[in-house]
Amino acid sequence: MANFILNGKPMSADVEADTPLLWVIRDELNMTGTKFGCGIGTCGACTVHVGGRATRSCITPVSSVEGAEITTIEGLSENGDHPLQVSWQKLQVPQCGYCQSGQIMQAAALLKDIPNPSDADIDAVMGGNLCRCMTYVRIRSAIHEAANAIKENNNEQTA
Amino acid sequence: MLKRTVYGVCGAAILGLGLFSLYASNPSIDPVTPPVKTDFSPQMIEQGKVLAAAGYCDTCHTQPGRKPYAGNYEMHTEFGTIYTSNITPDLETGIGSWSQAAFNRAMRTGVSRDGHHLLPAFPYEHFNKMTDEDIQAIYAYIMTSIPAVKQEKKDNGIPFPLNVRSLQAGWKLLFADDKPFQANDQKSEQWNRGAYLAEGITHCGACHTPRNALGGEQYHNMYQGAAIDGWIAPSLTVTSTSPIAWRSQDFYEYLTTGNSPYHGSAAGPMAPVMHKGLSALKEADIRALSVYFADFAGTTDISKPDVNDHLKVAFAAQHQQPDQRLNEGARLYATACQACHYSSDQLVKGRPLITLDSSTHLDEPTNLINVILDGVRSDQGISGIVMPGFRDALSDADISAIAAYLRKEAGEDAWPQLQQKVADVRHQPRFQH
Repeated sequence: MANFILNGKPMSADVEADTPLLWVIRDELNMTGTKFGCGIGTCGACTVHVGGRATRSCITPVSSVEGAEITTIEGLSENGDHPLQVSWQKLQVPQCGYCQSGQIMQAAALLKDIPNPSDADIDAVMGGNLCRCMTYVRIRSAIHEAANAIKENNNEQTA
Repeated sequence: MLKRTVYGVCGAAILGLGLFSLYASNPSIDPVTPPVKTDFSPQMIEQGKVLAAAGYCDTCHTQPGRKPYAGNYEMHTEFGTIYTSNITPDLETGIGSWSQAAFNRAMRTGVSRDGHHLLPAFPYEHFNKMTDEDIQAIYAYIMTSIPAVKQEKKDNGIPFPLNVRSLQAGWKLLFADDKPFQANDQKSEQWNRGAYLAEGITHCGACHTPRNALGGEQYHNMYQGAAIDGWIAPSLTVTSTSPIAWRSQDFYEYLTTGNSPYHGSAAGPMAPVMHKGLSALKEADIRALSVYFADFAGTTDISKPDVNDHLKVAFAAQHQQPDQRLNEGARLYATACQACHYSSDQLVKGRPLITLDSSTHLDEPTNLINVILDGVRSDQGISGIVMPGFRDALSDADISAIAAYLRKEAGEDAWPQLQQKVADVRHQPRFQH
């Protein structure tokens, strides 16, 4: 029995210890926002947060997240209004959309650690998230946009 | 003349063997009915609980996922497989019939209640450094608070003649440190508290001190690092290969959070040491251990790592990445690792800069390979965050390319036969717990 907290709610699933977290999230708990891409942790489509850190769920056995807090795209913000989700819509980032939940989850982790990223920082951290539609240029712009929005929001709060 | 010499030599040999047998034999200590809770003060039992945790009794005497202290944990040593003893208070298969005196003798001299010698995988040399009171407390805790489990110990896979228990007496004579704990007047009270814990209950040297060919700790090389359980326990002294020396605050941060941003995370066998073991100790005791080890590492609290050249070099190296079309290691690293391991120009806890990590600076790639293969679980390293393992995702060649790239970025000479080592580590018994 695997136990963890998913988007703030305690969850348990009756699965083998070596079941990938992605399978548990999608097939057992029916949260299908997180996608399956390569299955070997090298495309980023399955990115979720574990303890607030971007993690490739396709190669993470569920036993290794015992008791941990997991956030999927469904739980990133209550009303789908995380600054990244806002900027993503504003700049019309997605094309086919398949990789985008992974992109957004990775970008959210990036902005937490590096709130003011340069293009090089974005390329380095986002390099493991592939997009076959080549939306990279818009992804980069949307991350800058969200970083600025977060900064302005913080300034307003402190002002 | 020849006859007389032969008789003489044989006679001396027989006499020697006889004397040795006498020396090697120990009397059995009579069985007793197990003590009950009211035989001890609640404070003593509680103290025993803390010490039993800090001595990792549970880690070595419990099979992963099975009943605590019931033994048969499989230890892979260079001399063969050892199955640990059942130390629950079960009368037949555990230590239920052991008196306090029998327990003390085992903890101090490595002799079982029935008189047979225990193998030095049980670190009695360290436990002997403890006070009577502390050993009594552990006895009180185990006998009154651990549920008895009936489980026979499996036979060890130690080949002849190493399995001849009486020979352990010779081993003890040659290698065992049987001196009690000696306080050092030249050092502070805090340092001495750290020394008492490290040399005694927490037996840090059992993993971190190199051993000789017969498994005896080389006390003149104390804490200089050794291979253990398929991992490397790094040097904790001035001989450490980490680019940034460990200060007491680094030890403290590592031992309380599972990670030091300048040095790495508590993975492999160190994870339960820190999370299940040392976490039971009081804050002051962790501080004392940190002060003690900082002395071995030759640092003071005022050493400033943020102006350290190594840190600057490590940051700068991230910004000059080789052509990923030409460098396979860099390409794989960028796709599989960098999302979490790139840290702009500031260290962020939980975003480890691998080129600073002890694993890329050790003489052997073992630890780096282990972590790439099996990752770091939520109950290892920093609690609640994980690194996935790439055992089923990347080939030996892939992992070797990544490790070679990181080794180079860390400014170290290439590891020889790296791909073979990846294969070796992949197939070695995995450390469980």
